[in-house]
Amino acid sequence: MPEHDVLIIGAGLAGQRAALAAAQAKASVAIISKVHPVRSHSVAAAGGINAAINVADDWRSHAYDTAKGSDYLGDQDAIEVMCSEAPKEVMHLEHIGVTFHRNDRGEMDLRAFGGASMKRTAYVADITGQAILHVLYEQLMKHGEQLDRYEEWFVTSLLQGEDGACCGAIARDVRSGKMEVFHAKSVILACGGAGQVYRPTTNALIVTGDGIAQAYRLGAPLMDMEMVQYHPTTLVENGLLITEGARGEGAILLNSEGERFMERYAPNKLELASRDVVSRAEQTEILEGRGVGAGKDGIYLDITKVPRKRTLEALREIVNIGKDFAGVDITREPIMIRPGQHYIMGGVKTDVDGATPIEGLYAAGEVACVSVHGGNRLGANSLLDTLIFGRRAGEHAALRGASMAMPKSSASAQLNDDVAKIDAIVAREKTGGPATHPRPRRVSEIKQELGDTMNQYVAVYREEAGLGKAREVVSRLREEAKSAYIDDKGTVFNQDVLGAIELGYMLDCAEAIVLGAIERKESRGAQFRTDYPDRDDATWMKHITITSGEDGPKVGYSPVTITQWQPEERKY
Amino acid sequence: MAETHRPPEQFTLRLRRYNPESGQAPYWEEHQIELEPHRSVLEGILQAKAVTDGSIGIRCSCRAAICGSCGVKINGEPGLACHTHLDHAKNSSPDGTITVEPMGNMPVIKDLIVDMDAVHWKKVKRVTPWLIGKQPVPEREYIVDRESMVDVTQSMACIQCGACVSDCLAMEVDPLFIGPAALAKSYRFVGDPRDDARHDRLEDLSQDPHGIYDCTHCFKCVEACPKDVNPMGQIMRLRRIAGADEHIVDQNNGHRHEEAITTLVRDKGLLHEAELVPRSYGGNSWFGKFHPAAGKELASSWKIAALGLLRGKMSPKVAIFGEKIPKADRDAVQRIYDRVEGKPQRYELNLYITGVDEEPEAVGAAPEGSVNS
Repeated sequence: MPEHDVLIIGAGLAGQRAALAAAQAKASVAIISKVHPVRSHSVAAAGGINAAINVADDWRSHAYDTAKGSDYLGDQDAIEVMCSEAPKEVMHLEHIGVTFHRNDRGEMDLRAFGGASMKRTAYVADITGQAILHVLYEQLMKHGEQLDRYEEWFVTSLLQGEDGACCGAIARDVRSGKMEVFHAKSVILACGGAGQVYRPTTNALIVTGDGIAQAYRLGAPLMDMEMVQYHPTTLVENGLLITEGARGEGAILLNSEGERFMERYAPNKLELASRDVVSRAEQTEILEGRGVGAGKDGIYLDITKVPRKRTLEALREIVNIGKDFAGVDITREPIMIRPGQHYIMGGVKTDVDGATPIEGLYAAGEVACVSVHGGNRLGANSLLDTLIFGRRAGEHAALRGASMAMPKSSASAQLNDDVAKIDAIVAREKTGGPATHPRPRRVSEIKQELGDTMNQYVAVYREEAGLGKAREVVSRLREEAKSAYIDDKGTVFNQDVLGAIELGYMLDCAEAIVLGAIERKESRGAQFRTDYPDRDDATWMKHITITSGEDGPKVGYSPVTITQWQPEERKY
Repeated sequence: MAETHRPPEQFTLRLRRYNPESGQAPYWEEHQIELEPHRSVLEGILQAKAVTDGSIGIRCSCRAAICGSCGVKINGEPGLACHTHLDHAKNSSPDGTITVEPMGNMPVIKDLIVDMDAVHWKKVKRVTPWLIGKQPVPEREYIVDRESMVDVTQSMACIQCGACVSDCLAMEVDPLFIGPAALAKSYRFVGDPRDDARHDRLEDLSQDPHGIYDCTHCFKCVEACPKDVNPMGQIMRLRRIAGADEHIVDQNNGHRHEEAITTLVRDKGLLHEAELVPRSYGGNSWFGKFHPAAGKELASSWKIAALGLLRGKMSPKVAIFGEKIPKADRDAVQRIYDRVEGKPQRYELNLYITGVDEEPEAVGAAPEGSVNS
């Protein structure tokens, strides 16, 4: 039974950064990931990372843009921490090997990004996430002696001691099917968001809300779950992401009349307004019949304005995506895009050290809600969030571990419980038992219906009736998931059974998202209620929290921290 | 605007299945799927998994050719399942059935899933895969040439999918060969002006009998790579820097062998094979053949030489004096050398810098110099 000071679940940017920070603070560290670390979804982050490194810039300007971008739902103390520490963190990345692209003077080049008052996005072509993730993994290999890596291990539940503190996890080795108890003084959740709750989504198939649901089941409050970001430029074809970097480099948006419609919605920032604003503008154009394509459900993104050489050098990945996934040469012709689910601002509520209200449990990255993004995250702030709060969580958890003994807990009962649950899923029959009602469905069917429902009713525009419908569907799917069956009866790489467990995680997340969206009776950031179209600071300048309880989820509130920037009307 | 809505079609997938728990040998299994023809093979497999058999094993995550999980062989060629269109795969198959099997050169765990730790990651670890930064570390960023970072981005773009490893012919013969992916990773540091260990890295990779000179130039990895990393090109760049810039003479005679080829072709216009072996061992002069190592190598290859003579593939005269070509042709070859070697900087093909299928700019288009940075 492995024992560590710090156990990290998830090995994307937040998890790897936490692991390196905790190891540097001399803690014994284990990092568990259900996929090989370089397959983590951080790899798909394209455009860059924000930091006020330009001598003419100021982190306060970055913080103001972030607070404004959040529609004033972000906690400004946390935003200040993130933005003030950003330049140092980005320099650290550069020193350990990230190949940030340079300007003619050999300094790091910066590109324009949405919602930012000046160029402050450092980048590596349009593979910034990949470049940083691979460099962190290089460091993980370098410090292999101090870090135990459990690659392709799937966490089934978190451990809770008698005092209520989190003290480890139970995980399954995907390759062998073996179940193991991991004891730890502290646990850091760093396993990303919940994009697969939606269909389509830009998110990878592995992004199933595991950490959000595990914390929720342990009693940790979830916060801002209704704040789900739709990215303005995802392929109509299949929902894949076209980076905001394209617009940062000069690409424009056109409707069916060839009109650069952002001039009407955001006369100053145009295509580089914040994502919620651009997505709503696109959706309005589509709803009013000015969409492009056979279904009139798309918008043209015209990248031909960007010099071809620059596109090939700095936007190479989307040149490939256009060519391979839509059959379009983006250097020659516009490509059809539309808003698509991309990110969840909400997550497990934490403080600026990543600590959740549950002793011993930390969260960092998309799984967490500090909250720095509030109602809407600015592009290129997510990589920053993962690294700053991943590092802080790692350092804090290491410090906590240094002054305490390994918690004594017997986990054999819970281990047996988890083993039994998996055996039960494997044993489910297609026909069900005589008392099984309704008829058992395939896990994949339920997942599909969930994704379609969320994308229909809990999307860019929302209203009471649709949200009520979504709540009904999610609650029915939760019942159906209890008897959902799978095909794989084996133990080696049984991805089927893991898919059934992931479905449970996704349904928990969906429930919290829908509840939050029903609760917030105003329009702010990514939550736009057509039945409550205005922002209502008097009533709703507060976070909504969802906590699991004996008789269902409980809705609560948490105040928003304002330091320097009073809420004002948002204009771009 | 490309037509994006095409009606779904039927496709047949022939998947290689293997269940290590069954005690049975691997076998083929066919699945019918229905999707638009420009959808990916991965989407086809996921449909089969969702609708008919959830036990089909394949690693996959991003669906967009960036996470590197779904490396497989499609109709015998390595690549990413998410990056290969169904219609393309169907057309490249002799009987229209799309064959999908696990990658080569790595042990199979289950179905389409291979053990990358046992081969790929072990080799990556072999090349000291992290930056050894120049000291002192600056307070802000290292100031480096703009193009240098764009240049290493090509090898940085490697997603560690293993497609190149799967089809590396040199690795098939020599499983200890460090291989295309790990050596491309190595260029990412050698080409990085911030790295302080350039010479040591190249010395190490040159002297290793399974290092940079173990590559046989077969281009398989170049074809296999879904991200245009051009692993063989990176290996050749490592060789050029090791030999020409760092003057590393390796115990494998790799560098001298390359020099012997280039100088023989330059001087004679054609490769003089009988001179090649002695010069590779004995140094780049006519007297090279009297070097003890060259003598040994020559002695050991007498059998091949004798067979060549016996079968008329080589005449004694040509064997000794080499093939003669007209002076005009020799001069033409010479001019190519002068042109390439006369450049102030070595010309390295890098898609990030030079683009792909670059056409002459249309009249009125922005001139090169106006491109912003």
